[in-house]
Amino acid sequence: MSTAMERQTQPTEVTAERTRTRPTYTPAVDIVENQDELLVLADMPGVKAADVDVQFENGTLTIHGHVHERQSNATRFLRREYGVGDYHRTFQVSELVDAEQIAAEYVDGVLKLHLPKVAQAKPRRIAVQGK
Amino acid sequence: MLTTRFNRWNTMNGFRNEVDRLFTDIFGDAPAGALASRVGTFPALNIWEDAEHIRIEAELPGLQLADIEVVVDENDLTIKGSRKAPETEGVSFHRRERGVGTFSRTVRLPVAIDAEKVEATLNSGVLQVTLPKAPEARPRKIEVKAAQ
Repeated sequence: MSTAMERQTQPTEVTAERTRTRPTYTPAVDIVENQDELLVLADMPGVKAADVDVQFENGTLTIHGHVHERQSNATRFLRREYGVGDYHRTFQVSELVDAEQIAAEYVDGVLKLHLPKVAQAKPRRIAVQGK
Repeated sequence: MLTTRFNRWNTMNGFRNEVDRLFTDIFGDAPAGALASRVGTFPALNIWEDAEHIRIEAELPGLQLADIEVVVDENDLTIKGSRKAPETEGVSFHRRERGVGTFSRTVRLPVAIDAEKVEATLNSGVLQVTLPKAPEARPRKIEVKAAQ
């Protein structure tokens, strides 16, 4: 479990290429399902809420976070153990999600997405009538 | 120019690293439990300097300043903290990649610093520690006087 906490230092490939070449990283995520919703938690430190782009289309959830450079190119690094770049990740969501009701918040470097299930995807308890 | 030469010692070191890794995997203090203790490797650090400061940055998403402890002991800087696990009651996980538990990492600082004036800020999960160099460790500009 804890190994996931170590961020990949190698940039990962993005399916759709972007015009500007910058390293792009895959954020570590938790996807949690309860009765009412799917909850996506993504570690995206150093992003501003306005620079997070979340799209949901045809069951595909795309998360993109743009990170502004924090150090200039002239910085004299004594140690450089992780790279700074954009975040990108795409998921296929099989559950029936109510796209209109998707809510997102960004707190302390973690993106939190609430994907509420549509009524028919929620488990229903059928009462069995006895005579 | 970058040259690659066969070096017997590199091969030996490579083998030794493999063995070290094997032993760390088996005897390392990272049990598969939720509260794994990671000493030494987390968080990853970027360290840089300018004339007056050493600056250390770490990515600690989901933590607040109260969850983090930054300790300077002479030439060692330690960053300690813990991250809580998400609620697991009555839920199922489709992905579980975000690490939880306690961590501690210590680095040796390259120069003497003024421990009284160390500052730490946390912004959107990015911790930045600013350590002013001790006066004797700062570069000094020497006036060159023309000989009379």
